[in-house]
Amino acid sequence: MDLLTPGPGLIIWQAFVFLLLFLLLSKLAWKPILHSLKEREQSIQHALDSAENAKKEMANLKADNEKLLRETREERDKILRDARDAANRIHDQAQTDAKKNADRMIEDAKSIIQTEKNAALRDVREQVAMFSLEIAEKLIKKNLSDDKSQKDLANTFIKDLKLN
Amino acid sequence: MNKPFSASKSAFLITFLIVLTSVFSPVSGADKTGGESEPFNASEVILHHVMDDHQWHFADWLVMPLPVIVYSAEKGLDVFSSSRFYDEHHKAVEYNGYKLEHNHITLTGSGKAVFDLSITKNVAMLFITAALMFFVFRSVANGAKNNKGKAPKGLQSFFEPIILFVRDEIVKPNMGHHYEKFMPYMLTLFFFILFGNLLGLLPGAGNLTGNIAVTMTLAVFTFLITNFSGNKGYWSHIFWTPGVPLPLRIVILPVEIIGIFTKPFSLMIRLFVAITAGHIVLLSLICLTFIFGSIIVGVGSSVIVLFINLIELLVAGIQAYVFTMFSSMYIGMAIQDHSHDH
Repeated sequence: MDLLTPGPGLIIWQAFVFLLLFLLLSKLAWKPILHSLKEREQSIQHALDSAENAKKEMANLKADNEKLLRETREERDKILRDARDAANRIHDQAQTDAKKNADRMIEDAKSIIQTEKNAALRDVREQVAMFSLEIAEKLIKKNLSDDKSQKDLANTFIKDLKLN
Repeated sequence: MNKPFSASKSAFLITFLIVLTSVFSPVSGADKTGGESEPFNASEVILHHVMDDHQWHFADWLVMPLPVIVYSAEKGLDVFSSSRFYDEHHKAVEYNGYKLEHNHITLTGSGKAVFDLSITKNVAMLFITAALMFFVFRSVANGAKNNKGKAPKGLQSFFEPIILFVRDEIVKPNMGHHYEKFMPYMLTLFFFILFGNLLGLLPGAGNLTGNIAVTMTLAVFTFLITNFSGNKGYWSHIFWTPGVPLPLRIVILPVEIIGIFTKPFSLMIRLFVAITAGHIVLLSLICLTFIFGSIIVGVGSSVIVLFINLIELLVAGIQAYVFTMFSSMYIGMAIQDHSHDH
């Protein structure tokens, strides 16, 4: 059947024209077209990549900023804390110093008072002794004015002696 | 495969025009049988339209003679117009010792066939298809060059998605990372078949991609590329299939060797049958009108033909897709790395 038998003439023409078309198009059409498509794909990919990179950089920058801010805040807190500590320390020091001074003054005062007191007591004791002697003198003078009393006294002494 | 057809309004318009004109054209071609009141022979009309011819018959009043190029040992090379085979009444005559009978040129003296290199209707179609492809893709390439770094324009923006489709959906998945070397062949193949199929649907056009000589040549190209680029793994799979028991290897060997040839054979038959069958269906439906000689049947079959034509447009794309896909699959199987298979 003619429909199913390939004609040799057409085969030759087909092979020749197809090969020619293939060679021409490969060089003049497919190469530049495929090249430009690839280039475009690459440029799109590049653009996407750089956008992604920019995004990452932005995120990094933001993180850096935040870090910096956090650090600054920490530093500020530290300075404040240090200052407060120093103030407290100075305050405490001053308080202890003052207390110490006061204590010393009190101590001094106490010792002065003690010495004064001792001196006074000594005076008092001397005075009292003197008064006692005077009183005793007066009493003795008054009590031994009669004989009986002299005798009684003597008897008491003797009693005491016997007992010993 | 919807991409090329839904891509733009102009594509739709062209489609519509193709459909519209091809509905009416075969009617004018078939007029001659009605006019001469011979009994209408549908199969003759259909085969006449589907097969190659030495002249281009658009209509009875418009026949383009084509150059005849013949070679025979006795008479050497001869070139003359095919109109010499017909007298003024369209009756076949002999010319210069050559006789044209059922599309075969023989020598009147010895009755031997000559080697026929004529520019037949299909060869003319081939030239038109190739020229159209050349100009279209030159323009696309120029667009690619001139619009560097810019958005594609015009023809370029219509064909670039199709080229990308061929690259990313057909060739790349079937060939792996060696695909770039075969892209020019695959693109030429795809667009040649697509253009041939679509031009073949035009009224009065020759049935180029539905001719078995054409599909055979294309299949042979794929066959040659497959076997010449086949690596060690490919041949070892054919002659000494690894991972199979020894007795089975001997059974597999002839099967594999037959397989080398059935692959391109299936390519050849598939395209030929799909396109020719489509044309025959269309023509049969149109012939119904003349068999019944009724306007009502004519209107009815025209409506059906319109839908079949739309299906044919789809088939034109699908067959180009399938031929290219199987070609890249066969070549891809021949060049793939087998080392990790087992």
